[in-house]
Amino acid sequence: MPTLTLIQAITDALRTEMRKNPDVVLFGEDVGRNGGVFRATDGLQAEFGEERVFDTPLSESGIIGAAVGMALYGMRPVPEIQFLDFIYPAFDQIVSELAKMRYRSGGQYATPVVIRTPYGGGIKGGHYHSQSTEAYFTHTAGLKVVVPSDPYDAKGLLIQSMRQDDPVLFLEPKALYRKAKGEVPDGDYVVPFGQAKVRRAGTDMTLVAWGAMVGVCLEAARRAEDDGISCEVLDLRTLVPLDEAALLESVKKTGRMIVVHEAQRTSGFGGELAAIVAEKALEHLEAPILRVTGFDTPFPYTLEEVYMPDADRVLRAVLKLHRYES
Amino acid sequence: MTTTVGLDKDDLLTILAPDGTVDPELDPGLDGAQCLRMYEAMVQTRVMDERLMNLQRQGRIFFYLASTGQEACSIGPAAALTPDDWWVPGYRQPGAFVYREVPLKLLVAQCYGNAWDVTKGRQMPVHYAFREQNMVSISSPIGTQVIQAAGVAMAMKRRGHAKVAITYIGDGGTSSNDFHAGMNFAAVDKAPVIVICENNGWAISVPTPRQTASETFVQKAVAYGMTGVRVDGNDVFATYKAVRDARERAVRGEGPTFLEFVTYRLAGHSSSDDPKRYRPEAECEAWRAKDPIERLRLYLEARGLWDAAREEALLERCRKAINEAVNDNERVPRPELISMFEDVWAELPPDLAAALDEERQARGEGRFP
Repeated sequence: MPTLTLIQAITDALRTEMRKNPDVVLFGEDVGRNGGVFRATDGLQAEFGEERVFDTPLSESGIIGAAVGMALYGMRPVPEIQFLDFIYPAFDQIVSELAKMRYRSGGQYATPVVIRTPYGGGIKGGHYHSQSTEAYFTHTAGLKVVVPSDPYDAKGLLIQSMRQDDPVLFLEPKALYRKAKGEVPDGDYVVPFGQAKVRRAGTDMTLVAWGAMVGVCLEAARRAEDDGISCEVLDLRTLVPLDEAALLESVKKTGRMIVVHEAQRTSGFGGELAAIVAEKALEHLEAPILRVTGFDTPFPYTLEEVYMPDADRVLRAVLKLHRYES
Repeated sequence: MTTTVGLDKDDLLTILAPDGTVDPELDPGLDGAQCLRMYEAMVQTRVMDERLMNLQRQGRIFFYLASTGQEACSIGPAAALTPDDWWVPGYRQPGAFVYREVPLKLLVAQCYGNAWDVTKGRQMPVHYAFREQNMVSISSPIGTQVIQAAGVAMAMKRRGHAKVAITYIGDGGTSSNDFHAGMNFAAVDKAPVIVICENNGWAISVPTPRQTASETFVQKAVAYGMTGVRVDGNDVFATYKAVRDARERAVRGEGPTFLEFVTYRLAGHSSSDDPKRYRPEAECEAWRAKDPIERLRLYLEARGLWDAAREEALLERCRKAINEAVNDNERVPRPELISMFEDVWAELPPDLAAALDEERQARGEGRFP
């Protein structure tokens, strides 16, 4: 089985599905001739031609609006937004058009669009190339939100995204594009939605994360072992739909929970997870739920590594939670 | 190479004059049956608009938005296109739905938001969607449909289909983000789309000089590298011909066309505003003299296709049709509870199924399914 980086796995997923389904089209800023600023679409215009892989004018609203139209007509557009931080001109098209078309048309029209976009910090990108604003989108009925954490999942979840009848926001942890390497099967396979994965089994507490924070949690869990603390690490993989059963099962087993996300704390998705556990597993909790998150500030440039949760910060929370006696 | 007609305000494509005479050089050569179909659709649209606005005044529907005075803007183009062409409409083209023979019963049902409404009571009145007639769902935010229509046309082009998409905005809509995005994407991709600006003088209470400093809206076509024509929007032959020509160019691979239809909104923006608060009544009166329906009627009479008796019979038929549609809908119940939860996703997920169950039990309606 070949070893691929996360970005190679994404390219592989796009190529695999495009060979299979002629309705799949890729477009966005610099995705054609240049193969994407991160090279996610490298070589695809050469293989599939300029009608299926093309550069668009520089307008995010235009990219998503055009994708809505192409999907209405029956195609499977996979537009790229160059950075999640640039997506806001398209917010109206995503929230009020793409995610609402099936509902508002009474099920007559569907818009199966997959929006691929790199998210998250760790590349010295400053405010406009670093944010994790998944919560704006998980708050939108009608839009699925997917975040892979390794190359295997990146390919399998992306192929699965391109076969959904609902629109998908596919968030790619750009810090892992070349850092994450792993075995990726050739050809076609999918990772189903709504199935979280236990990345590390443990008994004392549950660390819940997605995307680039999964690796951070795994490192913290390894170090916590030295203190005799057994952490379970749960990778959600898809935020919408959410594998609520896996979340509750893990927390019921360990009795303690820390949510880790890069996004700023207030109204982050961690708050939603905490509320679900409080509603449905309160009697199993042995300690308060903790959150390790970005701060309620804009994403900084120089102090990036202070802003982003790392293994040290997660470990501090692990020790604090472990010490808690009710 | 693109050409633009209408760079200044004196430049306007007019074929059918207010007195019903036709410019012989520009006459699109429609046969009697076609003219009568267009006329009947215009009259039916006006009668429907009046009836539904009255229904709103009576509190039987909660909102309405009429096209009174602008019927030629939607019916000329509807006649010029084929049923396979797609509409990505704005909210002021009810005539297109009438011309495409969407049953009045279903239009009225949408305004009631009842169990007959094919959109299941999910949107305010006039936000229609009819897949069978290739009419895409209407949204309220301004301009979003222009870039979507460009996308539909980009897909038509990639599939090699000899079809076009048509989309509408108002004069105010030309200020929106997605008007710009749509015009630009369409022109760059040479997509077979026709973008129509219904310039009716007013964006709710804001007059056109507050929307643009361009002398005409069609000037905008030049900047996008697109063919543009400024058209008398109260002249159904001109709106027909402009769209027919645009369609021919589009299917030949010559790309999109931008049309400015110069018209006037005789009614308020919607049932929610009173135009007397923001515009002079005299302006309205001047435009009543250019009524698009009156013009076509005079033409039909001169051609020997129409007379007072036929007019009376048509009005009676149109009133009867809309009254029947209204009466039928009055007795229709609200959509089922499940309609609130369906169609968010392709399949009803467990959390929404559970919410539905809970609401049903609270109302004593039994379990899902």
